[in-house]
Amino acid sequence: MNPSYYVILAAALFTIGAVGVLIRRNAIVLFMCVELMLNAANLALVTFSRINGTLDGQIMAFFVMVVAAAEVVVGLAIIMAIFRTRRSASVDETNLLKY
Amino acid sequence: MSMISLAATTVSTGEAITFWIFAPIAVLGAIGMVISRNAVHSALCLITTMLALGVFYILQQGPFIGMVQIIVYTGAIMMLFLFVLMLVGRDASDAVIETLRGQRAAAIVLGVGFAGLVGTAVARGLQKVDARNLTEANADGNVQALAGLLFNRYVFVFEATSALLITAAVGAMILAHIHKRKEERVDQVSMSMARFAPDSYPGPKAGPGVYATSTSVATPARLPDGSVADRSLSPILPVRELTDAEAAPKGTDSR
Repeated sequence: MNPSYYVILAAALFTIGAVGVLIRRNAIVLFMCVELMLNAANLALVTFSRINGTLDGQIMAFFVMVVAAAEVVVGLAIIMAIFRTRRSASVDETNLLKY
Repeated sequence: MSMISLAATTVSTGEAITFWIFAPIAVLGAIGMVISRNAVHSALCLITTMLALGVFYILQQGPFIGMVQIIVYTGAIMMLFLFVLMLVGRDASDAVIETLRGQRAAAIVLGVGFAGLVGTAVARGLQKVDARNLTEANADGNVQALAGLLFNRYVFVFEATSALLITAAVGAMILAHIHKRKEERVDQVSMSMARFAPDSYPGPKAGPGVYATSTSVATPARLPDGSVADRSLSPILPVRELTDAEAAPKGTDSR
C-alpha cells in the first residue's frame, strides 16, 4: 500500500458527493453532499502534504475548513429564509425566482 | 534524517490496517448519506464519514488538522445542520418523484464514469510515488510548524479569512432576521388586550402529567373533571394512555 490509496479514497468520496448533489432533492441534504465533496478535497490535500513532505497542504485544508464553515452558515440561513416563505426545503419547488 | 531513510519511507503495516478498517466505514457512511430518505440519518452517516476522515488526517501526521476536523466539522458544522433540520421540520424526508425523467440513472452513470476516470488517473499518476512523510517538517511539533507557516507565509490569507468570517456572520444575521414593517408592529396595549381577550387563557399552559406512575412528557395533564387537557401535550408527541400494567402500583413504597 502507498499513500495514493488515500487519494483514490478521496476521489471515491468526491464522486459519491457529486452523485448525491445530482440525485437528492432536499436542500439540506444537498448541502451535506457539498460538505462531503469539500471533505474529500481536504483528504487529498492532506495526503499531498504528506507525499511532498511539506505542511502547505495541511494549511490549505485548514483554510478549506474555514471557508466551509462560512459557506455553511450563509447557506443554512438561506435555506431557513426560503423555508420560512415556501414551507418547503425541496429544491424542486424553489423555482419562482424566475418570475 | 538521511536521504536514504527519507526515500525508503513506506506506509507502515499499522497504518495500512487502520486504513483498510476506516476506508470502508468512510465510503459506507457517504453512500448511506446519499441513499437514506431521512435527512437526520443522512447527517449521522456524514458524521461517521467525517470522523473516519479525521482518523486519516491524524494517521497522515496531521494531528492538528485531524482534531480540527473532528471539533469543527463533526462538532460544530454538523450540529448546525442538525439544528436546522430540527427547525425545518421532522418531515424533512425526501420526495421520491423524479422531476426530470431518467435523471437519477444518468447521474449514477456519470458518477461511475467520473470515479473511473479520476481513479485511474490518480492510480496511474501516483503509482511510483514514495511519500516523503512529514517527520522532518513536524520535527518541532505539528502545531508549531503549522503556526509558523500560518503567521508567516500565509498571514495575508489568514487575515482575509477573518474578513470572510465576519462577512458570513453578518450575512447570516441579515438572512435570519425577520424584518417587520411598521404597520405590522403591535404595541404593548393591543398585545395585552389580545392576551386577556375572552377566548385566550392568559396563564401558562398546563404541563404534561407528573404522576406517581408516570413522569413522561407524553402523559397528558388532567382537567378538574378528569378529562385530558389537550394544551398540555406537544403536538409532535403521540398521545400516550397508560396501560393497566403501567398504572398499577409498583410496590416501591415501604408500606
